[in-house]
Amino acid sequence: MSNPQHLQYTKEHEWLTAAVDGISTVGITKHAADALGDIVYVQLPEVGDTVTAGETCGELESTKSVSDLYSPVTGEVTEVNQDVLDDNGLVNSAPFEAGWLFKVRVESTDELLSADEYDALTHAG
Amino acid sequence: MSSLRLTALDALHRALGATMTDFAGWDMPLRYGSEREEHLAVRTKAGLFDLSHMGEITVTGPQAGEMLDHALVGFVSALGVLRARYTMICAEDGGILDDLIVYRLREDAFLVVANASNAQLVLDELIARAKGFDAVVTDDRDTYALIAVQGPEATGILAETTDADLPGLKYYAILPAKVAGKDVLLARTGYTGEDGFEIFCHPVDAEPIWQALTAAGEGHGLVPCGLSCRDTLRLEAGMPLYGHELSTDLTPFDAGLGRVVRFDKTTNEGAFVGRKALEQAAAAAESNPPKVLVGLVSEGKRVPRAEYTVVSTDGAPIGRITSGAPSPTLGKPIAMAYVDAAHAAPGTTVAVDVRGKHEPVQVVALPFYKRAR
Repeated sequence: MSNPQHLQYTKEHEWLTAAVDGISTVGITKHAADALGDIVYVQLPEVGDTVTAGETCGELESTKSVSDLYSPVTGEVTEVNQDVLDDNGLVNSAPFEAGWLFKVRVESTDELLSADEYDALTHAG
Repeated sequence: MSSLRLTALDALHRALGATMTDFAGWDMPLRYGSEREEHLAVRTKAGLFDLSHMGEITVTGPQAGEMLDHALVGFVSALGVLRARYTMICAEDGGILDDLIVYRLREDAFLVVANASNAQLVLDELIARAKGFDAVVTDDRDTYALIAVQGPEATGILAETTDADLPGLKYYAILPAKVAGKDVLLARTGYTGEDGFEIFCHPVDAEPIWQALTAAGEGHGLVPCGLSCRDTLRLEAGMPLYGHELSTDLTPFDAGLGRVVRFDKTTNEGAFVGRKALEQAAAAAESNPPKVLVGLVSEGKRVPRAEYTVVSTDGAPIGRITSGAPSPTLGKPIAMAYVDAAHAAPGTTVAVDVRGKHEPVQVVALPFYKRAR
């Protein structure tokens, strides 16, 4: 599994970019996308919504299950990925790139994991 | 982890990169790549399944047929040699213990195939119910591996690996044959809504047979398929699954499958386990229809899932979802549900409580999908 070194991660399998002008991008990891299987429905927060670190802000639905999307940060949503809403399969095919979910103006973050720490978590067991 | 049972094809699944899952104590392939693509391959080309977790039980002896007439709700002794029947085993109170396929291999030998999750229970019940009959119940779960090839290309693919008379093998029939040079029992009893075959083989022959079918399937679009797409295929085909549409809380009449109960048996003076309760269930179903198993189709994207509550348009609870999934063939979420008879007519609009929000759905006749013949 290749988790990009330049990202930070949550135990709930979201990833987060370093902030550029105070704004970070959020997605779910390949590990999470693979575990879910084909994603058929994505519900994201709306632009202008305030999301809270560690709380649910959307949901991802696959053939077999539905899982909550947790926000890794607290802040205001500045953009959502319309391409993903139009083509849910991007989350499966390019979770770290075209399958990003939303951008947020970061006020504060939860405790985040480095790529190495996330590798250790997902390889465990 | 280590206590999970492995099929004879386990190493092959791992080499193919399958995502594995614990299913009824077996480590089984859930999917190899995209479950949606596997599903569509079965609908349009063909899919190859490892179903070795299914529970095979053999019943032999001069009274094997009578014994099964006593133990099951079906009229098993009336089955022709090399034919198969869908049937059920019920408790004394009429509750469904499992749904089964019974194959008559010879005049005095039957192969009973139980669901993996119920195989031990069915075996124990059959052994207990065989008392007093000249019949022997044998646990054959380790005797057979089971491979299925399903889809419109299944016949063409299988024909390249066997000289068995495939056109002569009818739906719901079985035939001793050779596949890839190995002795097998070849059955035509699908669970996907497509034409296809099940191959009961010796576990040591499973890998060569799988490989031969894979080679024959090249150019036919055959792909290995996991249990995830098997579930969406059977849901589209409106086929009940034990633990979802069927349970000990329901009689066959509650499940809309009263036709499998054969009160007309001529053996054992017509007596069989559960008869009295099932006669009452049949009468009750006649006078006061129980909840009805229906299909639901959603125009939204959120999926009604098992155990979600079905509500009327004014919000009153009227039933529950038993299975639900996004349908790859229809491109919409579909579900099966038990609902009050008053809301069961096709065309009725009801709703499903999807995690607090009522999503409108329409009642449709089952199945959702029927192949063109």
